[in-house]
Amino acid sequence: MSQSTPNASARNQTWDEFTEGLWRQNPVFVMMLGMCPTLAVTVSAVNALSMGLATAFVLVCSCALVSLMRKVVPKEVRIATYIVIIATFVTVVDYAIQMVSLALYDALGAFIQLIVVNCIILGRAEAHASKNPPWVASVNALGMGLGFTVGLFALGAVREILGAGSLFGISLFGADFQPWVVMVLPPGGFFVLGSWLLGFAWWEKRKQRLAGLQTPAERG
Amino acid sequence: MSQPTTPTLPAPQATPTTTMILTLGLVATLCGLIIVGAYEGSLSAVQENRRIVLERAISKVLPGAERIVGYQASSGGEIAVADGGDNSPPGTLRFHAAYDAGGALMGIAAEGAAKGYADTVRVMFGYSPKCQCIVGIGVVSMRETPGIGDKILTDQEFLANFKALDVRLNGELKALANEVKAVKHGSKTNPWQIDAISGATITSRAVGKGINDAAQALLPRLLPNLEKIGKNP
Repeated sequence: MSQSTPNASARNQTWDEFTEGLWRQNPVFVMMLGMCPTLAVTVSAVNALSMGLATAFVLVCSCALVSLMRKVVPKEVRIATYIVIIATFVTVVDYAIQMVSLALYDALGAFIQLIVVNCIILGRAEAHASKNPPWVASVNALGMGLGFTVGLFALGAVREILGAGSLFGISLFGADFQPWVVMVLPPGGFFVLGSWLLGFAWWEKRKQRLAGLQTPAERG
Repeated sequence: MSQPTTPTLPAPQATPTTTMILTLGLVATLCGLIIVGAYEGSLSAVQENRRIVLERAISKVLPGAERIVGYQASSGGEIAVADGGDNSPPGTLRFHAAYDAGGALMGIAAEGAAKGYADTVRVMFGYSPKCQCIVGIGVVSMRETPGIGDKILTDQEFLANFKALDVRLNGELKALANEVKAVKHGSKTNPWQIDAISGATITSRAVGKGINDAAQALLPRLLPNLEKIGKNP
């Protein structure tokens, strides 16, 4: 992230920071990070959405705090402080989900606690938040978090529609629909993720062809 | 040839030990405050949620229950009202007594667990002292295969096993007269057997084993004390 000249349009830069994670460097479809929750909890749209939002919350809070403390934390102990900060907000989210719904808490299971070791969060803290002011770090983290949520939702919605014939628990096809059960089992996660990646690759190729570019897309 | 000289690098600025310790201490204190705040703030709501979920599960296996009281049975056989905390001595069994509107004991709800196909299957069962049988079950948690193992929730033929599942104790009141067991689909002949779901035998067996283990442990302690919990305290 280049710190542009002070009078360059600040709004554009903020928008840039926001869309980085949402689209250009989407954690799920472009950077391929956080695959463990991506494949494991996306059996339904609700689970996927809640997991994405929980991760986004942890991402924004920990990046803001890491950024606030970036000048006081010596580099020798930075990883330890980041992990403590991330673990703190994961604990907060853990209690928050128990407050909202114990059924959801059971459905997400150990993957809530496993947000601590989600590589998107430590990666953002180390690569971005520790080098940028709190506002920029938070906006970038929010974009990343929402990008992750969108990614999970894209998987969860497709898997629930095909594997259970419903979306958000609302039956779509009536009683005659025979659910495609494999889609809500672990292999289904790989099938749907693969299909989405195929779609994204095709879209990228097409965009390049239309723009007349010859260089291959840079992948993170 | 001149001797190669090692380029002298500027010595990296060393961070003082106290700074590192202080920073870590500061971060830990700050994070500690956030965690404790979140815990204290959410505690009452979470406990309320747990209570609602438990009451719902119990009224599913013992329909019509008006009042539910938690009890614990120690390994020595004494029965007391549960204190709500998790610090009971090892070997203590927890169960819930359900009373009807008139304050008479309707039945006992307890939890059993056994290894299923994917993970532990935890079931809640309702026990009626009147018929010495199990009168209903519900699933507390499971990760069984959707469409196969999770039929234990919906398969009416399977659930019919638990309308009057025989769990009488033997003459010495030390163990069940007959072990509760899931048998192959279609081969149930006795009221203490569970007719397994065809294709979901492992999950059906887990339900049977969970109930059997819990009943074997709890009922010999419970029955001699039934008088004590017979009235709504």
